[in-house]
Amino acid sequence: MPLTPVITEHWDAPDLYTIDGYRRFGGYRALQGALKKDPDAIIGMVKDSGLRGRGGAGFPTGLKWSFVPQNDGKPHYLVVNADESEPGACKDIPIMMANPHALVEGVIITSYAIRAGHAFIYIRGEVPNAIRKVANAVRQAREAGLIGKNILGSGYDLEVVVHSGAGAYICGEETALLDSLEGYRGQPRLKPPFPAVAGLYASPTVINNVETIANIPYIVDRGVDWFRQFGTEKSPGFKVFAVSGHVNRPGIFEAPLGITMRELLGYAGGVRGGGEVKFWLPGGSSVPMLTSEHLDVPMTYEDMAAAGTMLGTGTPMIFDQTVSVVKAVTRWLEFYKHESCGKCTPCREGTYWITGMLEKFEHGHGSAEELDTIASACLQIGGRSFCALGDAAATPYPAAMKFFRDEFIAATQTSADEQFDPVASYVFAGAVTR
Amino acid sequence: MTITSNANAEVAPVETVSVFVDGVAIDVPKGTLAIRAAELLGIEIPRFCDHPLLDPVAACRACLIEVEGMPKPQPACAQVVAEGMQIRTQMSSPVAKEAQEGVMEFLLLNHPLDCPVCDKGGECPLQNQAMSVGRPESRFDGEKRTFPKPINVSAEILLDRERCVSCARCTRFADQIAGDPMLELLERGAKQQVGTAEDEPFDSYFSGNTVQICPVGALTSASYRFRSRPFDLVSVPTTCEHCASGCSLRTDYRRGTITRRLAWDDPQVNEEWNCDKGRFAFAYLDEGRLSNPLVRENGELRPASWPEAVAVAAKGLAAAGASTGVLTGGRLTYEDAYAYARFARVALGSDNIDFRARESSEEEADLLRASIAGTPVGSTYAALEQAPAVLLVAFEPEDESPILFLRLRKAAQRSGTRVMGVAAVATRGLAKMRGTLIPALPGQEGSALTSLDSSVIDLLSTPGSVILVGERIAAAPGGPSAVAALAERTGAALAWVPRRAGERGALDAGALAGVLPGGRPITDERAREEVSQVWGVASSDLPTAVGLSGDALLDAARSGSLAALVVAGVEAADFGDVTAAREAIAGSGFVVSLEHHHSEITALADVVLPVAVVSEKAGTFLDWEGRPRPFGQVFRDALAMSDATVLGMIAEAMGISTGASDVAGIRREAGGLGPWTGARAAAPATPSAAQQDASIRVASWRALIDTGLMQEGEPYLAATARPVVAGISSALAASLGNPSHVVVSGPAGSLTLPVEVGGAIDGAIYLPMKSQGCSIHEDLGVRIGGTVDVRAGGQ
Repeated sequence: MPLTPVITEHWDAPDLYTIDGYRRFGGYRALQGALKKDPDAIIGMVKDSGLRGRGGAGFPTGLKWSFVPQNDGKPHYLVVNADESEPGACKDIPIMMANPHALVEGVIITSYAIRAGHAFIYIRGEVPNAIRKVANAVRQAREAGLIGKNILGSGYDLEVVVHSGAGAYICGEETALLDSLEGYRGQPRLKPPFPAVAGLYASPTVINNVETIANIPYIVDRGVDWFRQFGTEKSPGFKVFAVSGHVNRPGIFEAPLGITMRELLGYAGGVRGGGEVKFWLPGGSSVPMLTSEHLDVPMTYEDMAAAGTMLGTGTPMIFDQTVSVVKAVTRWLEFYKHESCGKCTPCREGTYWITGMLEKFEHGHGSAEELDTIASACLQIGGRSFCALGDAAATPYPAAMKFFRDEFIAATQTSADEQFDPVASYVFAGAVTR
Repeated sequence: MTITSNANAEVAPVETVSVFVDGVAIDVPKGTLAIRAAELLGIEIPRFCDHPLLDPVAACRACLIEVEGMPKPQPACAQVVAEGMQIRTQMSSPVAKEAQEGVMEFLLLNHPLDCPVCDKGGECPLQNQAMSVGRPESRFDGEKRTFPKPINVSAEILLDRERCVSCARCTRFADQIAGDPMLELLERGAKQQVGTAEDEPFDSYFSGNTVQICPVGALTSASYRFRSRPFDLVSVPTTCEHCASGCSLRTDYRRGTITRRLAWDDPQVNEEWNCDKGRFAFAYLDEGRLSNPLVRENGELRPASWPEAVAVAAKGLAAAGASTGVLTGGRLTYEDAYAYARFARVALGSDNIDFRARESSEEEADLLRASIAGTPVGSTYAALEQAPAVLLVAFEPEDESPILFLRLRKAAQRSGTRVMGVAAVATRGLAKMRGTLIPALPGQEGSALTSLDSSVIDLLSTPGSVILVGERIAAAPGGPSAVAALAERTGAALAWVPRRAGERGALDAGALAGVLPGGRPITDERAREEVSQVWGVASSDLPTAVGLSGDALLDAARSGSLAALVVAGVEAADFGDVTAAREAIAGSGFVVSLEHHHSEITALADVVLPVAVVSEKAGTFLDWEGRPRPFGQVFRDALAMSDATVLGMIAEAMGISTGASDVAGIRREAGGLGPWTGARAAAPATPSAAQQDASIRVASWRALIDTGLMQEGEPYLAATARPVVAGISSALAASLGNPSHVVVSGPAGSLTLPVEVGGAIDGAIYLPMKSQGCSIHEDLGVRIGGTVDVRAGGQ
């Protein structure tokens, strides 16, 4: 399946991040057309396109927009979730770095469609370069009369605020992000009410991922039929796949949904040193792992679900035979323990406990019964936590056990480092001298 | 005492839905939470973060249940039921049972399990629910996270963070109920902990409630920590004696000593809350008690036997007769006040009686006689919650009736009740009630009321609106009249909120000149007839004219025109004119003091008769609503006698029968009177005048936590008192050169106090009435509305 660069099409242009560069390739043409349309027509168009949220959950974007009550007399808000913090995910930050105006144009069109007068782009605080790029793009758009009062003579007013987070994983959870944006401690909110009804400042709010919003100008400009020629019936369109790990050429590949991992591996130059894929994750540490058996499963929301995992953020991580799965799972759980917001018991206490047990295995001290205890503790977290991030903490271990039980059994006697030379797994393994 | 409730009030039909809990059908009001629906069937779902009076947070996940059609277990504390919903609890669902066990196991991972040394042990929801729904053995063998312990979140409240289960009850209480959001969860994950900002303690009058609702032993009070185990305590339901809010309490004691007091559940009054004074101020009950009667001989008080002391008192009072004044104070029970009212009229033939040991006026007495005394329960806590508007006049609820404050805050938050305060200070309490200030110089509330904006009049004219007038209206000439006129004009209900617990009861019992029990005017022949029948005396034996009260009574005693005084539960420092009060006591020919503690007045008295404190007797307080708040005797084997019993002994020694002296007998006797249906005294009609001049007038009231006698012996509570400041307007501050401190001078002296800019309107200065280092009556010799000299100075 060929690559279909759209958002990434002109990333090699050195000035794409400027408004002039963006305009040279047709930028802000979609906005001009959109502002002449009825907002509902844009919502209808996005609905018809079948675009699904690119942040991980894959919720239909047009449907989400249509939940916002109209003529309710309240201000509406668009919030862009640019708090990309998922381990292994690296697609939103490159988009913001290379093509920030696609995001800004998408923000303006989306705000117009949902009748929002204020939009916020919440970017994780650790990426000041991306924050500067987006802030600069917003400034340029404002200077060009694309943000502010009476945009392009349409009578539509919009303010866009670029907000920097402070580096908490939980603030990527949409309601926690809203709390953080309002100046509170970021912890997820009780739903209902859902953000579409009572979100930011208790007003109707749409929260979308960066990539989702960056898709909007292209859909509006080129049409539903153009968009639907890519991908499958249930997963239409294209996706920015960010391939990382033990591949020869890690990077970003924009391809239609439905491409397989094997094809992506081909674009990424194959596993390094001609090695084999041991296990891989289709989209971040929160989705269950797959193995080399699954390299031909189409990368769509529905096929990944059928394979027992999720497309997630669509940022595959490839691990070759040098990696200890025990160690990898332990690292992920340490992340969830460190990033647990503390609000609900299962995530707060469960990650603390499981991490402690896994660390024993990593050092070759676990017992076989403890493997069952970890499994049961994962069951006590999954589906019982307050938010999806808590549930996600329970995914790495069961999937790893499904495929690599023997490695965990071995870890009751032999530490991960003894089973797998850690240096061999380094990307720079060849440069290490001992 | 008139027991009437609004039983005829229309009850709106409640929309219900039918749901099934563990297969059992039940109809519940729409919007009910699954956990409450289960409770109605007697099915107890475990819970920690859930609290019926706090917004759901669904954080602890202990209450997970299975709901048919939902893929994941749902928290019962946040799940609103819907028609036909099938709810399965741990009783019928293996999924729910297993989920709850899982959460319980998690909660105990990092909990220290130090139950044997924990104050909560024995009454701990975590302990209890771990027993009922937890696993028998923990599978956790790792290292628990620990914290240095304990830390003070305020002088009174201590926090052991390692015991905390992060249920957020305390933080939500502080934010949602008290409006003092200084408690917050900090940090992340297992390190999450309750805390306060640096140098910003949990400064709340309601902090003790967090200890009570903490489902583990994380929050404890300095006063109770390590004092006893709950299973060693004897519990008695009581009523708080500190203010007119009328809180229902539970008093726990061990070996004859009260160890703690808790807020008890009374949805109509205090819900489940009380204030820190009500919770922690009880040490005074034990300290400085009078142990035996004293009689003055050759100028010196000496111990005497009860028969001797009673005989001396009887002889002196019989000689003085109608030339006796009776000061009962505002702290007595209804039954004791009734006994004084009856003793004055029957045994002494005197109507010189007053319960108002504070600033008072004749105009105020007229308002009480006309509009308050003996009136049935009308404006209630529940009515306030529905009121479209509430006007506060000379009344600062957070300090003077804290539970009323909580209800007003709830009304403002939940029902949008518009709270307006006629006052000289826009207080933090007013802001927490989302209230607006109607500026009025102290002592000139009357003229503010007569010139209210038409929008305020319109609001108050909306049916259901309420005017709450405080006792400090007495300091405003024309104020009581203006309040009565405003209520008449707008149709708003008028309620009087005195500060002390016994004032309303004393008024209804007739412990005010001109008022017989039930608000009967003493000048009314039928009123005297009705009362004389239950008192068993001839109607002609009762005084027919209104006697002396307030300042006039003190003046008469001071000038020697009264031959004797009977004084109960009164401090000289209570009165507006402290010197006059002292001179009245000292100048009176014969003083009988019924007291439980040594005081300035017992030292001046001719006969001192020790009486029971509130924990040693049964009785009733009438709260500001007029609602009887009966309570039982905590210490059943206490030897001290109530005021009523001692008065009965004196009357007997005088050869006069005054009827029942025990609580049951007095309740029966007073109850036999029934409500007064005759004419009431006319409302006062004193014109009020605004005085426009350049003077600075004193706005003042008693802070909740101050140097009151009944707060003695509890240093941790005292340390939570608000800082003593002089509140001045920004204009006054600017004219003084924005000083950090001011020197305030009155006739009796000067005080140097730190300044709070914006703490009063122009022309006024706020000063605490009787706090540590600032008593306007003692130190400055001014009353509310009095003028002082304010200069920059001090540090």
